[in-house]
Amino acid sequence: MLKEKYGSEIAEILSHYPVRRSALIPLLYLAQQDEGYVSEAAMKEIAQMLRLTPPQVYEAATFYTMLNLKPVGKFHLQICKSLMCALVGADVVIGWVKAKLGIGPGETTADGLFTLSTVECLAACGTAPMMQVNEDYYERLTEEKFDRILADLKKDGICSLKTGPFMWPEPITVKRET
Amino acid sequence: MPKHELILLKNMMQPGYTGSLQDYERAGGYQALRKVVGKVPPAEVTTTVMKSGLRGRGGAGFPTGVKWGFLPKDYQGPRYLCCNADESEPGTFKDRQLIERDPHQILEGILLACYAIGAESAYIYIRGEFVLGARILESAIAEARTAGYIGANILDSGITANVWVHRGAGAYICGEETALLESLEGKRGLPRVKPPFPATHGLYNKPTVVNNVETLANLPHIISRGPEWFSAIGSPPKSTGTRIFCVSGHVKRPGNYEVPMGVTFRELIYQEAGGMRSDKPIKAFIPGGASAPFLTPDSLDVKLDFESVAAAGSMLGSGGVTVMEEGTDMVWAALRLMEFFYHESCGKCSPCREGSSWLVQTMRRIVAKRGQMEDLETLVDLCKNIAGRTVCAFGDAEISPIMSTLKHWRPEYVRLIHEAEAANLITLKRPVARP
Repeated sequence: MLKEKYGSEIAEILSHYPVRRSALIPLLYLAQQDEGYVSEAAMKEIAQMLRLTPPQVYEAATFYTMLNLKPVGKFHLQICKSLMCALVGADVVIGWVKAKLGIGPGETTADGLFTLSTVECLAACGTAPMMQVNEDYYERLTEEKFDRILADLKKDGICSLKTGPFMWPEPITVKRET
Repeated sequence: MPKHELILLKNMMQPGYTGSLQDYERAGGYQALRKVVGKVPPAEVTTTVMKSGLRGRGGAGFPTGVKWGFLPKDYQGPRYLCCNADESEPGTFKDRQLIERDPHQILEGILLACYAIGAESAYIYIRGEFVLGARILESAIAEARTAGYIGANILDSGITANVWVHRGAGAYICGEETALLESLEGKRGLPRVKPPFPATHGLYNKPTVVNNVETLANLPHIISRGPEWFSAIGSPPKSTGTRIFCVSGHVKRPGNYEVPMGVTFRELIYQEAGGMRSDKPIKAFIPGGASAPFLTPDSLDVKLDFESVAAAGSMLGSGGVTVMEEGTDMVWAALRLMEFFYHESCGKCSPCREGSSWLVQTMRRIVAKRGQMEDLETLVDLCKNIAGRTVCAFGDAEISPIMSTLKHWRPEYVRLIHEAEAANLITLKRPVARP
């Protein structure tokens, strides 16, 4: 049950809004963070918390693509395939996933580690091609970089190639006097 | 370094600038807020913004001060400010940089807007994918709260201003202001029928202003340096100030470039972004995000301001400039964008929901070399029955890739259809989707 496990987080979320229903997406995120996806039981519990009917929760949950209604792999690869990324090789990146992991869009590897989704624009057009893995962005992908990301994720669960606070082009670094 | 003065990107261009409160204050941050809160009447702040000529940076280009002025003057209940950080227009990635590199600049803008319109609560609706951005904003809010800029009794003025971050969950349409409000209320993000406008019936049916991140980030500078300073920059009187243009596609140095409005596409693409990435010349460009019709190199000398781009048959939109080199298949490019719109149509209005599906199917058929000449008429027919027949501007936007590529590169469509005919794979006339 979410309420017992995340009581203080839920109270904090609810305190942001004068109308309870506004907490719907934040609570669905909480459920997803807990179980890896949004389960029916969680939706029912959220409905009760917000004094909504389960269909009111379900209709919202199905509208938003970032809410997974089914379990996904440990690492959710989301590759942008919109025009701006496609111009500089998004389809090639999707091909790498097929060649290296053997999965196409919507599929999960047998070991449950990777799920591939093709998604629409993630606002990284200047640093394309790019993908998002769970919460992190990886940009200006090359095959070498891509291989390292997969290897690091498998080994350590994280990869240092993820983008930090975004800025592109990077500021011209001023040479310090020595 | 660029010849013109940077306004919005100035701080983050300084070596070592982290975007922390300390760094922002050292760069002169929160002086605008200190200058006005409790000292200058809110209505005067609105007048200042009106005088500056600032227009919305989200896409529609509506004058910001005028938008604020639509709020009912004598209304006693709560009012709300929403910062639209749902940056999802393909080709646009400026707000992400503003949020992650200089969050306090946006917060100061939000607080100034709250003060001007009398809002005690502001919500930053940030697209769900910007997890890092949301975290950065949240820690910036915490810093500003501790310093007394946010919360009850800000700067000992007796005024309350709270700011909350609200993450979206992956829906392009939530960048449309009424869909954003629906989503913030915990519903499906379906645009509302207007009127009534958010100025009178917005969030929770209360008077509400929705402003884009870049619009709000301009406010501290306008308040500090005055409307005359701002309105002298760019292409006055109608397009004042600078804009951050996001250049993507086949250029040498894609990225965010802040330039005064009124520079030409040629300067932006060939000077700022370093020109084409190879020796292939430019074939086409999109001047303002996926919703803006494609232009040909004949329009390279058009000025980047609202009126000039509109006169050239497109729109300045969100500032996303996508460049395509010779050899790019324009029918394929239009299909890619159409697939985006098909995926993102919210489903509220039939012409858009069904039309986008028919358009994608017809386009896929042509690209797969199974099209026929009638398909071109079908495309135009479908487009004409979508535009202007939907609740929001999405319907007008989604037809622009197809209509503009058909206008400029019709022979490419015809060639694909001729190839289909030559392959003679189709012997019978197929039924064609018609509304």
